Amino acid sequence: MIKTLSIAGTSLEVVERGQGRPLVFLHAGEGLEPERPWLDLLARRYRVIAPWHPGWGNSALLDGMGVVDDLAYLYLDLAAELGLDDAVLVGACFGGWVAAEIMVRSTARFSHLVLVDPLGVKFVGRDERDITDMHALPRAEYLKLAWADPAKGEVDFTRLPDSELAAIVRGREAFALYGWKPYMHNPRLKRWLHRIDRPTLLLWGAEDRIVTPVYGENWRRAISNARLELVANAGHFPHWEQPEAFVDRLTAFAAGNR
Amino acid sequence: MRVWYFSEMAYHPAWEEGLHCGSLRVVLPNSNYDPQIGHQLLNRYLDEFALCDEVGLDIMVNEHHSTSTCLTISVPMALAIIARETKRSRLLSLGTPIANRPDPVRVAEEMAWLDVLSGGRLEMGLVKGAPYEIAPANSNPANLMRRYWEAHDLILKAMSTTNGPFSWEGEFFHYRNVNIWPRPLQQPTPPVWMTGLSVDTGRMAAERGHVVGTLLSLSAAGPMFEAYRQRARELGWIAGPDRFAYAAVVGVGATREEGRRRANLAADYVRTSPVVAEPFTNPPGYNSLAANVAMLKAGGRRGGFVRDRNGNPVDQTTATIEQLIESGTCFAGTPDDVYDQIKALSDSVGGFGNLLMFGQGGFLDHADTVANITLFAKEVLPRLRVLNPELKTSAVAAE
Repeated sequence: MIKTLSIAGTSLEVVERGQGRPLVFLHAGEGLEPERPWLDLLARRYRVIAPWHPGWGNSALLDGMGVVDDLAYLYLDLAAELGLDDAVLVGACFGGWVAAEIMVRSTARFSHLVLVDPLGVKFVGRDERDITDMHALPRAEYLKLAWADPAKGEVDFTRLPDSELAAIVRGREAFALYGWKPYMHNPRLKRWLHRIDRPTLLLWGAEDRIVTPVYGENWRRAISNARLELVANAGHFPHWEQPEAFVDRLTAFAAGNR
Repeated sequence: MRVWYFSEMAYHPAWEEGLHCGSLRVVLPNSNYDPQIGHQLLNRYLDEFALCDEVGLDIMVNEHHSTSTCLTISVPMALAIIARETKRSRLLSLGTPIANRPDPVRVAEEMAWLDVLSGGRLEMGLVKGAPYEIAPANSNPANLMRRYWEAHDLILKAMSTTNGPFSWEGEFFHYRNVNIWPRPLQQPTPPVWMTGLSVDTGRMAAERGHVVGTLLSLSAAGPMFEAYRQRARELGWIAGPDRFAYAAVVGVGATREEGRRRANLAADYVRTSPVVAEPFTNPPGYNSLAANVAMLKAGGRRGGFVRDRNGNPVDQTTATIEQLIESGTCFAGTPDDVYDQIKALSDSVGGFGNLLMFGQGGFLDHADTVANITLFAKEVLPRLRVLNPELKTSAVAAE
């Protein structure tokens, strides 16, 4: 079911599927992709709540702007509006950045955090980068770094209807708007990761070369109760490339420590 | 018609390597630039600009970054020198890429300073900048036009305010005491120019009375100029030809062959300009949603700005001089040929009052450039001066 919710004076498009414990899924820069298998697999076990971030899908940008802080407050408002309690918060890639921004502000409504190859934090020095410059790569090169099997990421855009192409273009624009400079991170976020006082799983594609498992290890050290697990044969999007393994690992983790 | 000579002050010795590695811009390492040769070239190009003043041409300077195609990295720096070396030419900055500049008040200061230095000869282009300028500036392409308009409004306010200081707390720019010294000699501001390819740009320029220029594209010029004229009529004024500018490569010679040879050499600018590493050609948000959808549908291929008379794209990188004349990208031949081509094109788009003349490009050497400038000024310019003269009405409406 797709709903349009009015939250904090803005219009937010949200997919809701399944029943049980609430699970908020925050999508990657590539978009929500609700027809692909992972949301349905999650919905067998959880009440899945998956918004299109403002700027993607039919969710309006907040005042025409792209500020990740705003997304954190917006989703805290969403969680309050839906009365969520003991929820699992899951964020992939860009969504992982947003999830971390939420949790450094308040962990009250979430008892587990799952970060899937998240962006958002800077660990290394000013002459190095943690996050590959995705916008400086031809698409074929990007696919090689982002996927264990690049063929799985290929899309024949010439066969898609205009409405889908428009959604893709809008999403690409929004992704740039939120993360162009500083590139895909908030320089102040690392300072506050200690505030995440919930069990945290860093689920990482073993072959991700957009943000590598070394970056995942730095995340693990910055959050007090975190563990890092690698997903084999997956790159930057383990939920997309290995959806069953993604859901199994997530479920096993979220069942513990309650 | 006024004619504005310009050269991108290219570093063509690196072009072969740039073509070989697939990009003349952004990623071509500057080890391919020899500063000693660059020293000779920059000084040579500035001499050619100075010659324009002697022969009665006006002057235009543009800027690009991180590229072998254009070594002018600062319009105000180049115009400051040219202002001192010239007496009569009007000096067109086309222009400052204001959405890529962190400090619009600094832009206002530099432009005011140039206007004072040159005795009020400055014309001030405030431009969006090409897509591959995003990477060198590292400016966000997804809100580029919001930033453009805020910078535009702030620059004009800073230049025209005489009872400052004033404060500015916008989406992108924050100042508590704006009060520029010097203020411009031309009050309230020097004439303002924009560039573009779309009817939207035409309308937005009309709403402000700015001059609008378009580059090498016959098929874009007509609709954009018409949108401008229509919007001006809606707003109660008549837009004369002086509100419109058209840029083209110009090669003139004593014989048709000589003129075409010169244009063909200068036209390497057109052929090399689009050779850019693919990720930098279309940053997200730079082009409209509709244009991006069309690009994806076409398998990622982008149409260049060179189009034939039916609007079909011409491959710029391999276009012959005949194709470039046909597409309105080059004017070439004898003085009569060149005048006839300019007049025909101007007539076909409703008349433009400013020709932006790429009179030098790439491997066109100093002797040929001097001959091109001199012959054009002697044989073509006098005839163009009486074609599409300025209308009083549009000068008034431009405030």
